[in-house]
Amino acid sequence: MRPKDLMFTIGLMTGFFTLHLLLNSIVPMEQVSVSVRNGNHRLNGHNAYTEPSKRNNSAGNSPTSARILCWIMTGPKNLESRTKHVKATWGKHCHKVLYMSSVKTDFPTVELNVSEGRENLYWKTIKALQYIHQHHLDGANWFLKADDDTYVVVENLKYILSKFDPEKPLYMGRRFKPFISQGYMSGGAGYVLSKEALRRFVRGFHTGECTHFSTIEDMALGKCMETMKVEPVDTRDMKGRQTFHPYPLDHYVIRQQRRPRPWNMIYDYYTPIEGPNCCSDLVVSFHYIYAVQQYVLEYLTYHLRPYGYIYRFRPDESVEADNKTNRGA
Amino acid sequence: MLSERGSFMKGMVLGGVFCLVLSLLGSFSPITESKTEDHHHHHVKAASKDELQQLSESRLQELNNQLQISCVIMVQPKNLVYWAAALDTWTKHCDKAEFYTSESSKALEAIDLNEKDDWARLHKALKHAYENAGNIRWFFVAQPSTFAIIENLKYLVLTKNPEQPFYLGKTVKSGELEYVEFNGGIVLSYEALKRLVNVFQDEDKCPERQSALWKLSEDKQLAVCLKFTGVFAENGEDVHGKGLFNSRSVDNLISESMDQNPNNVVKGCCSDMAITFSSMSPNQMQVMMFGVYRLRPYGHDFQDILTFYPPKGSDND
Repeated sequence: MRPKDLMFTIGLMTGFFTLHLLLNSIVPMEQVSVSVRNGNHRLNGHNAYTEPSKRNNSAGNSPTSARILCWIMTGPKNLESRTKHVKATWGKHCHKVLYMSSVKTDFPTVELNVSEGRENLYWKTIKALQYIHQHHLDGANWFLKADDDTYVVVENLKYILSKFDPEKPLYMGRRFKPFISQGYMSGGAGYVLSKEALRRFVRGFHTGECTHFSTIEDMALGKCMETMKVEPVDTRDMKGRQTFHPYPLDHYVIRQQRRPRPWNMIYDYYTPIEGPNCCSDLVVSFHYIYAVQQYVLEYLTYHLRPYGYIYRFRPDESVEADNKTNRGA
Repeated sequence: MLSERGSFMKGMVLGGVFCLVLSLLGSFSPITESKTEDHHHHHVKAASKDELQQLSESRLQELNNQLQISCVIMVQPKNLVYWAAALDTWTKHCDKAEFYTSESSKALEAIDLNEKDDWARLHKALKHAYENAGNIRWFFVAQPSTFAIIENLKYLVLTKNPEQPFYLGKTVKSGELEYVEFNGGIVLSYEALKRLVNVFQDEDKCPERQSALWKLSEDKQLAVCLKFTGVFAENGEDVHGKGLFNSRSVDNLISESMDQNPNNVVKGCCSDMAITFSSMSPNQMQVMMFGVYRLRPYGHDFQDILTFYPPKGSDND
């Protein structure tokens, strides 16, 4: 072969292999960067609300974001079977969480100088609120009471509270009609006192305006609220659907024939609705939620979702999905 | 010397160009084909966020518009309450939902196959679904105690080509046979269904009626027939490798996770993008409608790349 042709052939092979190597080193890099991005996607994915401290002012237009102190009414024999699961699920979403018991433990639980038992529930509440007032008043502006078998979606509570001023004497929950003329909030469904309401409760016991006149905790507290001129708030959403529930979801959402008020809604202050309109999408609480159901609700609220779905109820928008063109059956 | 250098350079340039052309030709494939798995690969995942972002707006819209699911629900009058629950809940999200019954019922409408045998009934239903497919290219077969989230099914198959044979769900191995468990729902692409309907004509490979001596459950029989046509079962999974199709209920799976992952119950359990759960009672299905399509914490935006609107005339989603 002539030297010129030889050089040409060598050049051909050099060019080919050089570019081959070049291309092979670029492509794996692309694959690496894609999987890195995929990795990030995995981390950031759908978990924005499992780390609530990273989210600011999601609760709307109020300048002071609601800081909720959750206090859970519990006792030594429930820590393993119930309270443990509250701590593992929704307890984490509170600004601060306290577990109130008759015994101090490393759970951690706060010791209220009160024995366990149904007859002592109101004493426990009084002691708990006095404790919170003494040690935690500045740490929060709203105070939620819940049982160890209540499930709470704290973000939705924040959303409601963001519309109100915690320096006003306000009291929220599932409003019941009987016994108290302005009504009172169900204990099991969880109730919330504003900072001013808490101050007034404690003052009421100090001055003797409020007393331990009954062992029915939620009703008795409701009486003190009325005496101290704390206002009950209507916590239903803009479609009139309830947010706090003293029973699990299946006691309300199942379609029923029109019927007179069932037993579990006899006390309701506002006319209750059965079927899909019972409950707000942005639900706050359910009661009688034990172990497995705590995690089921956690999964359904914070994890399982329909990809790309435009929810019908979008409280921040004036037009709802119903009015738009849609696909599907 | 100079002319030799020149030749070398010319050669190098030509060699480089040649290499480039070859690799471009080698790697060129439309995105749908490159997403088609080797069907012995056994695991099928949705397109990643990046892959979806690489698609043009118009292409995405095109895929979204073409993607329709035909739901085939096998009912019987003896489980009327489940039938009614399916009708009132998840099937409203199918583009087409057809109920096939073993015998007619005065209470609810369905296509009466007048057939007591489970496999023969499935056989007839699938044939009917294929013949009446219209423009629909994806089929989801379920039993009435299964709850499905059709939006998540669409997300899974969005970039998959239905002209390829897909047979997806929760795969189980029984000896040599890998099949999709009926309980968790069965997904068939148009091509898979087409091949199935063709092999139905072969009574040796795929008899309409099984011998009394050797009866396979209908989901196993389906796998056997499909295998003859070169279609293999594949497990539907999310980006973490978690199964999307579940043959048990949420409560059951969470309960198991409490035993196995006591410190990480929810994350150790089920996928965020799960498509099916089974053994759901009618009341549990109504609860699921609320839990899936309504219950959520305020303040989170996912910025999903697809959008699905709620179905018309429905009030529980």
